[in-house]
Amino acid sequence: MSNSLHWLARLIDRSLSLFVSLLTGVRPKFSGSLNFSPEKKVYYANHASHGDFVLVWISLPQKWREVVRPVAGADYWLGGKIRRFIIQQVFNALLIMRNGNDPKAITAQMTEALQNGDSLIIFPEGTRNTDDDVVLLPFKSGIYHLARENPDVQFVPIWIDNINRVLPKGKLIPVPIICDVQIGDELRLHPNESKDEFLQRARDAMLALAPKHKRDLALPQPLSKQKTQENQS
Amino acid sequence: MNNALPIQAGFVFAGVFAVLLLATLIGNHLKNKHILNPNPVINNMNARISSWWVMMMVLLFAFWFDHIGATLLFFFISLAALREFMTLIYQRRGDHNAIAACFYVLLPLQYYFVLTNWYGMFAVLIPVYAFLILPIISGLSGDTVALFERSAKIQWGAMMSIFCLSHVPAIMTLNIPEFAGRNILLLIFMIVVVQSSDVLQYIFGKLWGKTPIAPALSPNKTVVGTVGGMASATILAACLYQITPFTPFQAALIGFVMCVMGFLGGLVMSGIKRSYGVKDWGKMIHGHGGMLDRVDSICFAAPVFFHIVRYFWA
Repeated sequence: MSNSLHWLARLIDRSLSLFVSLLTGVRPKFSGSLNFSPEKKVYYANHASHGDFVLVWISLPQKWREVVRPVAGADYWLGGKIRRFIIQQVFNALLIMRNGNDPKAITAQMTEALQNGDSLIIFPEGTRNTDDDVVLLPFKSGIYHLARENPDVQFVPIWIDNINRVLPKGKLIPVPIICDVQIGDELRLHPNESKDEFLQRARDAMLALAPKHKRDLALPQPLSKQKTQENQS
Repeated sequence: MNNALPIQAGFVFAGVFAVLLLATLIGNHLKNKHILNPNPVINNMNARISSWWVMMMVLLFAFWFDHIGATLLFFFISLAALREFMTLIYQRRGDHNAIAACFYVLLPLQYYFVLTNWYGMFAVLIPVYAFLILPIISGLSGDTVALFERSAKIQWGAMMSIFCLSHVPAIMTLNIPEFAGRNILLLIFMIVVVQSSDVLQYIFGKLWGKTPIAPALSPNKTVVGTVGGMASATILAACLYQITPFTPFQAALIGFVMCVMGFLGGLVMSGIKRSYGVKDWGKMIHGHGGMLDRVDSICFAAPVFFHIVRYFWA
């Protein structure tokens, strides 16, 4: 990459980080307050907005971002010159083919990046949560396969609070609602742990970081949901 | 437009800084005395005092630029307050456009009317037009779940954070005979009285308060704290009569009305927080909580003060 493009990528990164910080109130954490190392981590977060990975990105200490790669869908991000530049040069993302029929290839791609010492940002819900009444969608099994392929890698749960209110899916104008990024303690796959056990444990660890009134909503069949269903029937 | 504070404002600020200095010294003394087992009340008090230093510096700086400075400062205070309010109450995506309208249309327009001294529009923009437009926007989103409650909450957020707070800089637009060029003093009078009432209620309550006055709304407010705080703030208002067009008695009466409004406003806002299960609106001001935690009493006192002055003196 030429020098000026590199400079441009840095400029975009800085201005985008500043803009999102001003908009959401989220600032980088001090590396001293996180009790793990930057390398070979899988940050997994809840997914409700396009802004999610940027929020995780800016909440990590600036130095750490050098080894962090958001995992993003190639189909969308390679769709235009600007998008391509931003996702590849600014965020150094790991682009995967979401619509391909080969989940093994995706796991292999992520494994390779992790074994190179990089860290990844993933969203195990698989898709953006657009339901106001659902706090967290069920996890897809990809995160389990990734854990099984990489027993030496630590998984770090992250709860992103409120970003779905800044820019919900389908809206164009972001509003300056205050957001929060909570980073939890790392966990790893236990030997002999089953897929369901691991997914449940990973999900619980993420939900534990959410504010209490939202955690309560995640319990099975909240009252408000029952009511709406009664009304519909 | 004159670009310097009237000399009397200097005396008020000097007085406030003297009190802050005294408070800082007492705070440090108490901290050193309890250095072995730190006391959360003393730590919170010291945090509040250091935040007060910053807030008074910002006020002094903004007021130096008269009408524009006061308007700009309260524009940003409104923005911070609106943000905290909407962060707490925004639950459904159907509200997105209405909230965007509050931030990007109503807030700048309201302060534009303050700046250009357009009283007619200033007085009706939010209580009339926003009241009608916000539910229309929410309704058109197509999400009918709790539409009435959602609209009411957004309207209330706009009322508190934009409309009520904009009455503070609006004092600058009042045309008071024989008081021209000194309106900033009225603004300082109101802020000093309302905020002193808050601080004195806190001090009286912490020192001698036992019986809570409204435990369901705010467990920290006590009978002694409220009565003592409001009484002493009323006396302070009377002492400040020289920076106002009021007689000492009028100043005391107006000060008392503002203390009552500020106290009741604080109670209501505390009740709203309680209904959402949070203790503070935010964490913007160290020791105080959010911006709304600091200005909730001003939200209720400012419109009343503005209209008292407007009807009887302007």
